Amino acid sequence: MNRKKYWKEGLALSFVLALLFLSDVLVGSVSIPFKEVLSSLAGESTTFSDILLQFRLPKAITCVLAGGALATGGLLMQTLFRNPLAGPDVLGLSSGASLMVAILVFIGQANTGLSLLLFNNPWSIALGASVGSGLIFILIMAIAHYIRDNTSLLIIGLMVSAVTSSLVSVLQFIGNAEDLQTFMIWTLGNVGSTSWNELIVLTVVVSCGIAIAYFSSKSLNIWLLGENYAQGLGMKVDRSRFWIVVSTGLLTGAVTAFCGPIAFVGLAVPHLVRLVVPTTNHKILIPAVICGGASLLLLCDLLAQIPGSTQVLPLNAVTSLIGAPVVIWMIIKSKRIRV
Amino acid sequence: MSENKPIVKTKDVSIGYDQDGKVLCLFENLNINLAVGELVCFMGPNGIGKTSLIRTLAGLQKPLGGKILIPKEQAVALVLTDKITATHMSVYDLISYGRYPYLNWNISLSDKDHALINEAIALVHLEPLVDKRLYELSDGQLQMAMIAKALTQDTPVLFLDEPTAHLDLNNRVEIMNTLRELSRTAGKAILVATHELDLALQTADRIWLANHDKKIKEGIPEDLVLDGSFDQVFQFKGFDLKTGKVHHKPYRHLGINLIGEGHEYLWTKNALERDGYEIENKSSITINVNTTANSTSWTLASKNLNKVFGTLAELLNNLKSVLD
Repeated sequence: MNRKKYWKEGLALSFVLALLFLSDVLVGSVSIPFKEVLSSLAGESTTFSDILLQFRLPKAITCVLAGGALATGGLLMQTLFRNPLAGPDVLGLSSGASLMVAILVFIGQANTGLSLLLFNNPWSIALGASVGSGLIFILIMAIAHYIRDNTSLLIIGLMVSAVTSSLVSVLQFIGNAEDLQTFMIWTLGNVGSTSWNELIVLTVVVSCGIAIAYFSSKSLNIWLLGENYAQGLGMKVDRSRFWIVVSTGLLTGAVTAFCGPIAFVGLAVPHLVRLVVPTTNHKILIPAVICGGASLLLLCDLLAQIPGSTQVLPLNAVTSLIGAPVVIWMIIKSKRIRV
Repeated sequence: MSENKPIVKTKDVSIGYDQDGKVLCLFENLNINLAVGELVCFMGPNGIGKTSLIRTLAGLQKPLGGKILIPKEQAVALVLTDKITATHMSVYDLISYGRYPYLNWNISLSDKDHALINEAIALVHLEPLVDKRLYELSDGQLQMAMIAKALTQDTPVLFLDEPTAHLDLNNRVEIMNTLRELSRTAGKAILVATHELDLALQTADRIWLANHDKKIKEGIPEDLVLDGSFDQVFQFKGFDLKTGKVHHKPYRHLGINLIGEGHEYLWTKNALERDGYEIENKSSITINVNTTANSTSWTLASKNLNKVFGTLAELLNNLKSVLD
């Protein structure tokens, strides 16, 4: 597998990522001179340094974490199901996370005792969303084990999404206006409001998810051959499936909890990255996809800031606006999408 | 070769599916074995359970009962009928999967691994194609790559499910010859499930023949042909296994006395029988096959006629009108 290492492509991807990260920190409604960035980092306290350290930097780091996590989740799903259309959101994982967050916001908030216990704790939403997407994913895997047909599985995933979405609607209907607004803003996707504390939680969970994914590189490669060959090569199929489930659940759940259900990144990035790094080896693909996902989300965040204005577009509008045309262009160009 | 020592043995194995108490049994109480250095072709009609048997022997599914004796884990390499969907994978990467059972999570191939991979590539003659991607290969080349992947696993036993399906004659012959050579030179025990009757009869050391009564009959090909086992299992419609020919109905009810020798005689006979004539010594119509060093011609003779033709097509075309 290590015949070609793709050092050049990796270097290029990292360079793009670094460039976008820097731009994301520098560009915004207030323009910050580069000199100020250096002095802020050196510890000088100015208005600029407040903007940088309390807002810009956490936001850029959130973009990197969320983009990398979602893209990795998408890659895992596409490999496991051997289906180019799979992604964490297609299979209802994000809806599962939404449902749990909605339960926390509408029911947990209404109950003061619960609220104190759960809602003021940054772990609670991350945990809730992870549990939500994890449960949906286990349900999907159980069904997958039973029918073993990708198309049917995708349809079932969409149906599960529909069910959870309607449950969320019911919760919204009975919830009060204040909670409703909190929840609606959460669903639009947002990378700009994470505090350093939340960022620590996000970093820990995403790192765990990515570590599990990376340590599963070998079994992910084997999954590409299908379940029969995987067994034939002596792989413990159920155990590997379990870890991939756990990894995707953590990645999608954590990101969805802190940033809302960000659309499209998970589906589009693996395909885009495979155009640059045409390999099937996940030991190379996973780092590449993390770079790609982080870059794409940074780019979307840059575009979401309307130049010369303090207004910011909802992130989900921008990801789909960029994602959809890119995928269409890609299908037309390469005629066929492969996993 | 049954004098060699068996490496795969079954003891009263039953094969099938048990779904919620509903048991579908395909084979019952099998006691069969596969020996070191032999090529066994596993034959039987469609749907009798060849794939299920291979899956069971390979440990992909549990037997309904009995015991399968295979010396150690990782003793069997597989070539299945499953399609590889990741077609942008490179040939080298595909073949290197054979080393995966020996690698840790970090999948770094040692020099020895690379050597084994290259050895397998050389055995199936895929050297010029190692850097191609799977979608660039023909079906035959892809099958060879799958075989190379199985060889790279470096196991004493090889199971192949329909490795020659959808391939042309050349590729089929090449694959079967490669497998036979591997059983001889590398001493591998190879089991091939196949529909290719003619190829199996000419290459297999032994045949496992799946019966309709949930049993498997073992034997060398020739014995099974002569004792009628094949006819019983396949119930050939219009094919005579002992002569290896398709039956033709002499629907023209017209005998022809054919005189000649060698290949030219045989193919003329083939053409006439295919077109509905019967070869009959006593007939008043005679066709003479005139063979010289560099040309062949046919002389058609009957009561009031004597005509020479340069090709068989002309002969057949004119035969009808001339005889009317």
